Amino acid sequence: MSEILVLVDHVDGAVRKPTLELLTLARRLGEPSAVFIGDASQGADTLAKHGAEKIYVVDDAEIKPYLVAPKAEALQQLVEKTGAAAVLIPSSAEGKEIAGRLAIKIGSGVITDAVDITSDGGTPVATQSVFAGNFTVTGKVTKGTPIITVKPNSAAPEEVGAAGTQEQVSVTISDAAKTAKVIKSEPRKATGRPELTEAAIVVSGGRGTGGDFAPVEGFADALGAAVGASRAAVDSGWMPHAFQVGQTGKTVSPQLYVAAGISGAIQHRAGMQTSKTIVAINKDEEAPLFELVDFGVVGDLHKVLPAATEAVNARKG
Amino acid sequence: MNIVVCVKYVPDATADRQFESDNTVDRVGVDGLLSELDEYAVEQALQLREKREGEDIEITALCVGPEKAVDAIRKALQMGADKGVHVVDDAIAGSDSVATSLVLAKALEKIGAEKKVDLVMTGMASTDASMSVIPAMLAERLELPQVTFASVVESQGEVFRVRRDGDTATEIVEGRLPMVLSVTDQTGEARYPSFKGIMAAKKKPLETWALSDIGVEADQVGLSASWTAVEGTEARPPRTQGEIVTDEDGSGATALVDFLASKKFI
Repeated sequence: MSEILVLVDHVDGAVRKPTLELLTLARRLGEPSAVFIGDASQGADTLAKHGAEKIYVVDDAEIKPYLVAPKAEALQQLVEKTGAAAVLIPSSAEGKEIAGRLAIKIGSGVITDAVDITSDGGTPVATQSVFAGNFTVTGKVTKGTPIITVKPNSAAPEEVGAAGTQEQVSVTISDAAKTAKVIKSEPRKATGRPELTEAAIVVSGGRGTGGDFAPVEGFADALGAAVGASRAAVDSGWMPHAFQVGQTGKTVSPQLYVAAGISGAIQHRAGMQTSKTIVAINKDEEAPLFELVDFGVVGDLHKVLPAATEAVNARKG
Repeated sequence: MNIVVCVKYVPDATADRQFESDNTVDRVGVDGLLSELDEYAVEQALQLREKREGEDIEITALCVGPEKAVDAIRKALQMGADKGVHVVDDAIAGSDSVATSLVLAKALEKIGAEKKVDLVMTGMASTDASMSVIPAMLAERLELPQVTFASVVESQGEVFRVRRDGDTATEIVEGRLPMVLSVTDQTGEARYPSFKGIMAAKKKPLETWALSDIGVEADQVGLSASWTAVEGTEARPPRTQGEIVTDEDGSGATALVDFLASKKFI
């Protein structure tokens, strides 16, 4: 069976959930091999449990201090070594850039931001959601080893026991790849809430919060949801950019999306339009977002959300 | 310093964007404009020149696209770029990211043959395909440092230091000219062209190149040479509006919670 390389996304050794989704998708195409750049001792079991037959460990001190390029070189050498049939990479900013460089290096086509992958006789067929979620596009890579980056929440991670055989791999990193130096890295502070792109429920606030996110956060916590923000709220300095939902922030596709005080510009809709259920609360009954909602409340979020939070908490007993 | 800002002409995101029968993006039937995210790159180039008063800094806007794409260059010139280069050739239509990056890289080489290019700038993504791979591909092809997704840009002499906000960490990344730099929408609002800028743009030099001018063969680009193929496009069924209630003395919250409970979210 052909080997499918999956680049592992991890934070200091802890495997992030999208990687497990990629292993599940990889099993549709062939035999998943995880590529772990860093110290795999903490993550190897998780990878094996989710279907990684092999784990290539590239623990090279020369990779971490530089941006993107050395990782692309490491992947190139692994593709050449293994003759892999496809490479799957998590669709983060970094993942997409690694994919772009790898495509040029190995002379292969690249598809980014897939939301699903199926197999056509072993050839990956990628589904993308484009033009602010207004179109669904299916496509294939027609040259070389298909490189596909996949968005979070594209598959439910399946637990299947696999060997997870580790193999230490040494790579050669060129001087040319060591020209953009990461001189400082500050991990994002944990919020105690679910990760925005991975959450089943997202509650977002916009201009209508007036800068007071307490009602949004309170409602999110009652529902066990992640907190998001519109660009207007981020530009006003009320929330960090990491919470921005929309074209230039995160794309989310949760089971439930609650938009509070967000009018719904096309750039915001691009980031949430594929959510399963959409609810909006806005004082302005003309807000364009109401056109998309399954349920809407015309009213002041500062009154509606705290009352709803209380009601939810009461129901939970 | 010689700065080249790569700008893309995209279908207006607020217009009714469509695909052609060959599954390529309709770039003619829909109103187009300079990709909003590339305006930030033009803005940062202009700010760099303003900060480095006294230095000889030239800013060129480079665009690959159909005839109408010249509008994107014109906007950049109106904002304050000094000159424009438009690579236009029927053979380019339908090119994927790999082919597009080849055309851009070859055009950058031609610009550089006349006067060394110190800084290649781009936005963080296009607003149509939004792949975000072109800056990385250009860095790969031109063997330049890749300093990308900058939300804050600082520079001293040839050293550039930027802030990159990732999914899990904020990084400070440093590179030395010549390099590829992409900037995010967090770098600050792009300026509107002034009346003076609009008038001045009309007299700025604008060159039009065909593929033969930059040494790219027609069979290296376009739909048939793409390394990816779109098999199908399907319009997502429009969402139908559900129930809308107006809050009166707490009725909105009750209705909202009832709705969420009926959908088993509570």
